[in-house]
Amino acid sequence: MKAAVVTFPGSNCDYDCFQAVAEHMGGEARYVWHREQRLPDCDLVILPGGFSYGDYLRTGAIARFSPVMGAVAEFAGRGGPVLGICNGFQILLESGLLPGAMLVNRGLQFICDTVHLRPERTDLPFTNRLAGGRPFRVPIAHKEGNYYADAATLAELERNRQVVFRYCNANGEPDEVSNPNGSLHNIAGITNKAGNVLGMMPHPERAMDRLLGSADGRLIFESIAHFLR
Amino acid sequence: MSNHREPAVDLKLAQSFGLNAEEYRRILAIMGRTPTYTELGIFSVLWSEHCSYKNSKPLLKLFPTRMKQVLQGPGENAGIVDIGDGLGVAMKVESHNHPSAIEPYQGAATGIGGILRDIFTMGARPIALLDPLYFGELSDPHVRHLFGGVVSGIADYGNCVGIPTVGGSVFFDASYTTNPLVNVLALGVVEHSKIVKGFASGPGNDIIAVGATTGRDGIHGATFASEELSDKSAAKRPSVQIGDPFTKKLLLEATLELIDSGLAVGIQDMGAAGLTSSSIEMASRAKTGIELDVSKVPLRETGMTPYEVMLSESQERMVVVAPPANFEKIKAIFDKWELHCARIGRVTDDGKVRVKWQDEVFCEVPVTALVDDAPVYQRESKKPAYLSKVARFKQSTVPQPKDLDGTLLQLLAAPTIASKRWVYRQYDHQVRTNTVVLPGSDAAVLRIRGTRKAIGLTTDCNGRYCYLDPRNGGAIAVAEAARNLACSGARPLGLTDCLNFGNPYKPEVFYQMKQCVLGMVDACHALQVPVISGNVSLYNESVTHSVYPTPLIGMVGLIDDLSQITTQWFKKPGDAILLVGDVTAKPDIGGSEYLKAIHGKVEGKGPRMDLKREKALHGFVLDAIKSKLVRSAHDCAEGGLAVALAECCISGPPLGPLLAKGGNKGVVRGGIGATLDLAKLPGRPDFKLFGENQSRIVISCSPLVVGKLRTLAKKHKVGCLKIGKVGGRKLAIRKLVDLPVAKLKESWEGAIPAQMQ
Repeated sequence: MKAAVVTFPGSNCDYDCFQAVAEHMGGEARYVWHREQRLPDCDLVILPGGFSYGDYLRTGAIARFSPVMGAVAEFAGRGGPVLGICNGFQILLESGLLPGAMLVNRGLQFICDTVHLRPERTDLPFTNRLAGGRPFRVPIAHKEGNYYADAATLAELERNRQVVFRYCNANGEPDEVSNPNGSLHNIAGITNKAGNVLGMMPHPERAMDRLLGSADGRLIFESIAHFLR
Repeated sequence: MSNHREPAVDLKLAQSFGLNAEEYRRILAIMGRTPTYTELGIFSVLWSEHCSYKNSKPLLKLFPTRMKQVLQGPGENAGIVDIGDGLGVAMKVESHNHPSAIEPYQGAATGIGGILRDIFTMGARPIALLDPLYFGELSDPHVRHLFGGVVSGIADYGNCVGIPTVGGSVFFDASYTTNPLVNVLALGVVEHSKIVKGFASGPGNDIIAVGATTGRDGIHGATFASEELSDKSAAKRPSVQIGDPFTKKLLLEATLELIDSGLAVGIQDMGAAGLTSSSIEMASRAKTGIELDVSKVPLRETGMTPYEVMLSESQERMVVVAPPANFEKIKAIFDKWELHCARIGRVTDDGKVRVKWQDEVFCEVPVTALVDDAPVYQRESKKPAYLSKVARFKQSTVPQPKDLDGTLLQLLAAPTIASKRWVYRQYDHQVRTNTVVLPGSDAAVLRIRGTRKAIGLTTDCNGRYCYLDPRNGGAIAVAEAARNLACSGARPLGLTDCLNFGNPYKPEVFYQMKQCVLGMVDACHALQVPVISGNVSLYNESVTHSVYPTPLIGMVGLIDDLSQITTQWFKKPGDAILLVGDVTAKPDIGGSEYLKAIHGKVEGKGPRMDLKREKALHGFVLDAIKSKLVRSAHDCAEGGLAVALAECCISGPPLGPLLAKGGNKGVVRGGIGATLDLAKLPGRPDFKLFGENQSRIVISCSPLVVGKLRTLAKKHKVGCLKIGKVGGRKLAIRKLVDLPVAKLKESWEGAIPAQMQ
């Protein structure tokens, strides 16, 4: 696994993503400054969480104009796997690589907690090590994670099976109580039609080690490693 | 020449700057002439309580500060203790009480900004924030406004800069109604070889301003922090700075890159009193002089005067001292992070502070006059009359509640005791993936990457105990912090303190402060914990009264191996529950949350502190944890033994890891029950359930090791009593309490959200 971890001004989960690849997966990780016009030699691009440009204007709205985003779109166009986590997901939405938008959480507060996710697809580069329908635990930490799309887009997402993760209870049921932020259809993560660009609000890179509460995030990185093999 | 015309200086102006007549006369004598307007401004901020510690210095000298683990004691931006492996931890606590009282969101946010700069200017990467907060009663709508604003200010700022907020405490009492205490502690990790100090050394070196631009915000913030709040304070809202966490994040990364590069000889943050205190303190430490041309400072507003530039407290700025040859390379680092970087002066060898606007001099004062000649006062101390009144309290006169179940539920819902999940759920406590024990246990625990070690962190101070018996209360604050660390498996290494008191010119307030400090000194010696840094916040007063004396303690401890990390909640059905420490003492409800919340009284002397017993207890717990005999350990604090037991049942993480194989059976949503018998403990039922006697810890262990623990307790001369076992869905204390765990959890977790909706 050779991962390019993009650092925007204000990214703050870049270090955790770097460590997830380098320390926990034994892969190669490289930071890529947002001003770079091209990506280094890599087989995975990670857009990490944080507050790129301080979330000023709108989450991800300024970062999408960073020079590196051209190269990221090109990499995705060639079928390379792109993983956007939290703010990275928001940037993917703003740059049009994924459909929809993020609203402020329905409780209007930042939420740091651990949630259950139900995988809806296990045939993707990011999910091939997960068991379908069986929930796994990862932390969330966001204020704008309330996924929104118009009815037509939402119907299309569902029809194309682009919804990858839903917030659910411990039994894997995506109920209202388990929806932390008000996302439509309990959506926690979606992919593009081709299935090589994944955006997700929860943080798998924070769940790499039992010592810190959960190692379930490894399943996503192990899936990517398996896909790349 | 500039076209700045300065107002005339006289005593009246000096007084409006917060100086008194005696201090103004002293300035005239030092200068041998009337100071200029800029000079007077500089004197007034550097001689303010906030910068000069003029009323607290004689007390601060009493703290033990030198022990072998101390790499940097008080006097720098932050203190540093050694944790081995060539690493140290830098730590400091600060207050932002007055700004938060009138502008809770920005006040709290900029408090974080300031303390982070103190840490990374030492060369340390910040890895944790803790926020000890004190508010009035939550039933008061204004208090809810302050509480909500402070928490969201902390959340928005801390989350954005990407430093996890891993702990803290929230205490509610009417004494803090109009003057909340908003303290913030930051901690960072630094390699010994990379420790940087705030020295303006090497005459001829550049003085460089980096970071954000300078505006008119926060002028005289340090002075404002050094006077009482009044009904006119709202008019001082412009003295509150505005935070920009995004720029702070850039500044943090750029500064750490600068330190890594080795290009700078000294770095100092611009905090209280801005450019004035940062540049002058650096010159004072290095025994040099400085010459600044403030026309070169990057400004965000037009028409600013030298006085305004020198006194601005605009956030996200630092001062760097470096050889002129390095300037272009330094500028390249700050350019990359899109921050300002401008040469604004140079280090001189004449020992003077010279402030110019191009060629015109606006200030020329010896550094020593500003720093070393700052006044130091030995204030008058007088025992307050209330102390003998509250001490007359007889606990036998307190009516015994009929329904102890109901009383316990009421106490669990008292905001000071209730779960603070509503607060910490708004803080990112996991970013940078080091947080092993999340908020909600006795102490937060962070791993130290690249080692098998971890550190425990806690903040403590029960202001009510300090109010009822300042010396005893001061000792308890230190002892409880150390006890919390011991419960998590950590050996205390050092503490930082924030001395929050009222107006020191009131002899009764100074008495409280002096006695609290003496109590802290007693405990520091007894428990062998040095003071490595701190902050003093005085004039915490409302129109009618001072806040409770609140010497907040932040303490860090070392856990030698990750396997020794211990949490407070019960783990496994069938485990034995032991009460260890001072188990035979007569229960004391003086100063307790029970007496206040249930009976509406703040009386008594507060629980007694016997430091020798306390020390023995810590030794025992650490020894037992190291010997792998302990599955959980929890300190008995507010709410007494009953609340401690309830917390052991309900405070654990709500769910076990789903994909984990085994190991978590029996742990269900809502916690785990326990069956207990307290017949062997002396005293009336309500007293033994809710009395807040010190030096006691509830531990749980495998039933197979109870004998071993008893032997170990005997060796440490510590009491040890088996009081029950873990299991079931109820907290059942024979003849006293019988409650479903789910109900305990509902009261405890629901209380604060219900008030804040």
